[in-house]
Amino acid sequence: MSKLDSKIPKGPIADKWTKHKNDIHLVNPANKRNIDVIVIGTGLAGGSAAATLAELGYNVKTFCYQDSPRRAHSIAAQGGINAAKNYQGDGDSIYRLFYDTVKGGDYRSRESNTWRLAEVSANIIDQCVAQGVPFAREYGGMLDNRSFGGVLVSRTFYAKGQTGQQLLLGAYAAMNRQINRGKITPYNRHEMLDLVIVDGKARGIIARDLVSGEIERHSAHAVVIASGGYGNVFYLSTNAMGSNVTASWKIHKRGAYFANPCYTQIHPTCIPVSGDHQSKLTLMSESLRNDGRIWVPKKKEDAEAIRSGKKKPNDLSAEERDYYLERRYPSFGNLVPRDVASRAAKERCDAGFGVNKTGQAVFLDFASAIERFGKERAGIHGNHNPSKEEVTKLGKQVIEEKYGNLFQMYEKIVDQNPYETPMMIYPAVHYTMGGIWVDYNLQSTITGCYVLGEANFSDHGANRLGASALMQGLADGYFVLPYTIGDYLSKDIKTGEIPTDTKEFDEAENKIRELLEKLINNKGTHSVDHFHKKLGQIMWNKCGMARNAEDLKSAMVDIKALREEFWRDVKVPGEMNEMNAELEKATRVADFLELGELFAKDALHRNESAGGHFREEYQTDEGEALRDDENFMYVAAWEYTGDPGNEVLHKEELDYENIEVKARSYK
Amino acid sequence: MKLTLKIWRQKNNKAKGELKTYPIDGIEGDMSFLEMLDVLNEGLINKGEEPVVFDHDCREGICGSCSLQINGEPHGPDRLVTTCQLHMRMFNDGDTIVIEPFRAKAFPVIKDLVVDRSAFDRIQQAGGYISVNTSGNTIDANSIPVNKHDADESFNAAACIGCGACVAACKNASAMLFTSAKISQFALLPQGRIEATERALNMVKQMDLEGFGNCTNTGACEIECPKGITLVSIARMNREFMSASLEGPLSNVWSKKG
Ligand SMILES: Cc1cc2nc3c(=O)[nH]c(=O)nc-3n(C[C@H](O)[C@H](O)[C@H](O)COP(=O)(O)OP(=O)(O)OC[C@H]3O[C@@H](n4cnc5c(N)ncnc54)[C@H](O)[C@@H]3O)c2cc1C
Ligand code: SF4
Ligand code: FES
Repeated sequence: MSKLDSKIPKGPIADKWTKHKNDIHLVNPANKRNIDVIVIGTGLAGGSAAATLAELGYNVKTFCYQDSPRRAHSIAAQGGINAAKNYQGDGDSIYRLFYDTVKGGDYRSRESNTWRLAEVSANIIDQCVAQGVPFAREYGGMLDNRSFGGVLVSRTFYAKGQTGQQLLLGAYAAMNRQINRGKITPYNRHEMLDLVIVDGKARGIIARDLVSGEIERHSAHAVVIASGGYGNVFYLSTNAMGSNVTASWKIHKRGAYFANPCYTQIHPTCIPVSGDHQSKLTLMSESLRNDGRIWVPKKKEDAEAIRSGKKKPNDLSAEERDYYLERRYPSFGNLVPRDVASRAAKERCDAGFGVNKTGQAVFLDFASAIERFGKERAGIHGNHNPSKEEVTKLGKQVIEEKYGNLFQMYEKIVDQNPYETPMMIYPAVHYTMGGIWVDYNLQSTITGCYVLGEANFSDHGANRLGASALMQGLADGYFVLPYTIGDYLSKDIKTGEIPTDTKEFDEAENKIRELLEKLINNKGTHSVDHFHKKLGQIMWNKCGMARNAEDLKSAMVDIKALREEFWRDVKVPGEMNEMNAELEKATRVADFLELGELFAKDALHRNESAGGHFREEYQTDEGEALRDDENFMYVAAWEYTGDPGNEVLHKEELDYENIEVKARSYK
Repeated sequence: MKLTLKIWRQKNNKAKGELKTYPIDGIEGDMSFLEMLDVLNEGLINKGEEPVVFDHDCREGICGSCSLQINGEPHGPDRLVTTCQLHMRMFNDGDTIVIEPFRAKAFPVIKDLVVDRSAFDRIQQAGGYISVNTSGNTIDANSIPVNKHDADESFNAAACIGCGACVAACKNASAMLFTSAKISQFALLPQGRIEATERALNMVKQMDLEGFGNCTNTGACEIECPKGITLVSIARMNREFMSASLEGPLSNVWSKKG
């Protein structure tokens, strides 16, 4: 018996969303004033949703664990946001964006959602520009574009290497306008620890005030979860230190199905790990692959010489370098999708061609781009016969304008100047395509509980293309949820305020108190980080870039054992009723220790390779991912049954009516 | 590296704080400053002591959470970086490092090294936005061309991460650099011009209400700002503010102040 009804509207794909919007029940403005909505998370998804819901007239409460909504992890997004504007006249269209996204996701996303995403994408750019987001512009005053992996058009809008920052500040500004109007009440430094369900509907949350430590009850007519991704289950990732799965996991335990947990994106261009002290990994935006060329030495001796410092990368001539992406994938070259680029880097490094001390790095080189741009810029300035020095100087200038902050970041971390010597990069955990299962309306399997942004299982299938998470977060928040939630809330106009002095709130609050007390009173011998690091190692070694059945089985056993050890032996200093960073980490890691097991289980059950999920047993002779459409063309949605190792699988079969399902090729 | 850390410890907002000394060993140059504190905290936890609390999240210089006063300088000795991007290679074996929270009347200490910067949020709530609906029913993004120079300048101002180093650096604890960056970001764009006057008045008014000090043009803020926001922003804000006062208030903010 499956509850999975994806509620996809009938009709031709291009008309579904318009028709659906026309069919939706509306709430009249006077009634909206009597309806409360809780939004967990103030990133692009939550921030844009909160602002729009408040503008429509609902009473909104927002929650985030940082001290300000503006610090949500979306702030860190670097490279850009896609939109099918076709400003470059290079043949872009809604269909092409839809097609690229479905193909990029290795035919594991829901067609109707992906179409809608492409359809509203152009609107996002209009909206953001109207809000004062300072996107990059050309000299003529028009918006500039760049390309991202897996596509053949230039549709990515950007603001240097800080696109997420600028978009989030836009959403935050829209929130501020509503806070000023009294329509949003922000609860910053507050963490949601549980969902409260009354008569089968999501009606509130239990949260902890992270300053006073107080446990609070908050009620609403609907609860929106926009709490981001769970990449930190790997301990080391490009996510912020506080990024967590708690909100998602808690609603999962209350009945929301968790879809495709094993679909993880390992991003190809990150700064390699430098030592055991490492607390997080830093992304070097994919946009760099527009202009940077990836290579390793052709000869193993040269790789060894570089590793030991006997040779410098610039000592090798073009013939001595293996631009392996350009070699293997001539038509997409350095701009193949992330999963493909990451596996190719791993393959070269495993074969002994890695270029840093640990052998786990490849080069990303800007020398050709500097030369190309330098000549171009000299020409613009009327200098048609520039010297080599002039070219280099101008070229570096252009690169600085495009990627200045990334280059600075690299130099500060690695202590090398990437304008002079190629960057060293290696894949790292970055994004999670999996998440809470939602229907076309973004509603989870809990009535009245909606999930947006990276937290839902999203429109990206088994692999997300670059610059499309920002697009999805804003599409969900600005343009999709505000419509679809109205349909549900239209039934609540007479309900009145939801009381919090009920047995459901008592039960949820007591459970959380017990959990926190248990952690504080445990007085074990190891810190929370100790367990988190151990979990990360299991995940990276056994559920990482390449997986196999044997490793996955042992990962499930290891994670379960680690979880038991955690509860026996974790040490959380301090008290409940005060600011306590260790206690915050403890509740998050406790949830990661459960999610990890389900993650491995999902990866084990999926006997195919698709997008970011690569099973060594299922690959072509050339080492490309091998799907099994006959048996696995479905979304795996897991139902919690009290134990993450024994969850029940529900399948949402995927139908492709508007796109021909083929083997993915970027050759 | 072997170091001596002197760290501000304060149980809560009401308690009295003090500098406590912690020797630490085994620090490598490749560690970030916050990773060094992680090592310290792991040691403290293992010894049964309370770890030092500090704000941090992205650890890549963009969220603006981290906020440490290191040897008297906000974000420490390196330039154009946040605390989380500061690396231990900037220090020498045997150094003593004094670590305090950002100090300002408008930034009360919450615990140890964590301060309350919600005043910044309130300044932005007072007008740091363009009043458009978020319905998406707006004009095509390219229908108003924006001069590249203005767009770039607006971006440069918008790069402010709201960390508060400018306030902590200023002997008057003034928030002019921050507020002016916010005002500039919008004032430089045609979309933001429409409300520029009222925005400047409202945000400056809130800034004053929060108890930030006056600007006496010492320029310490500009030196410590990790994002290279310059005094030009302040000049721009003053211009905006002057013309706002001359034009007369569009709303009654001014009369309310009296
Ligand atoms: C370094 C980096 C660079 C990226 N670059 C790009 C890019 O160029 N283009 C692109 O399209 N995508 C990019 N991405 C991906 C994209 O940034 C994210 O997927 C997206 O921003 C997620 O937005 P979100 O709103 O879903 O969640 P987030 O922005 O992660 O926000 C989560 C929110 O939830 C809150 N929260 C979490 N748990 C709780 C809880 N229990 N209680 C209360 N609040 C909670 C947090 O405080 C926060 O406000 C990048 C990601 C990273 C890590
Ligand atoms: S102006 Fe600079 S120092 Fe001040 S808050 Fe902004 S980024 Fe920080
Ligand atoms: S932790 Fe985000 S800027 Fe330092």
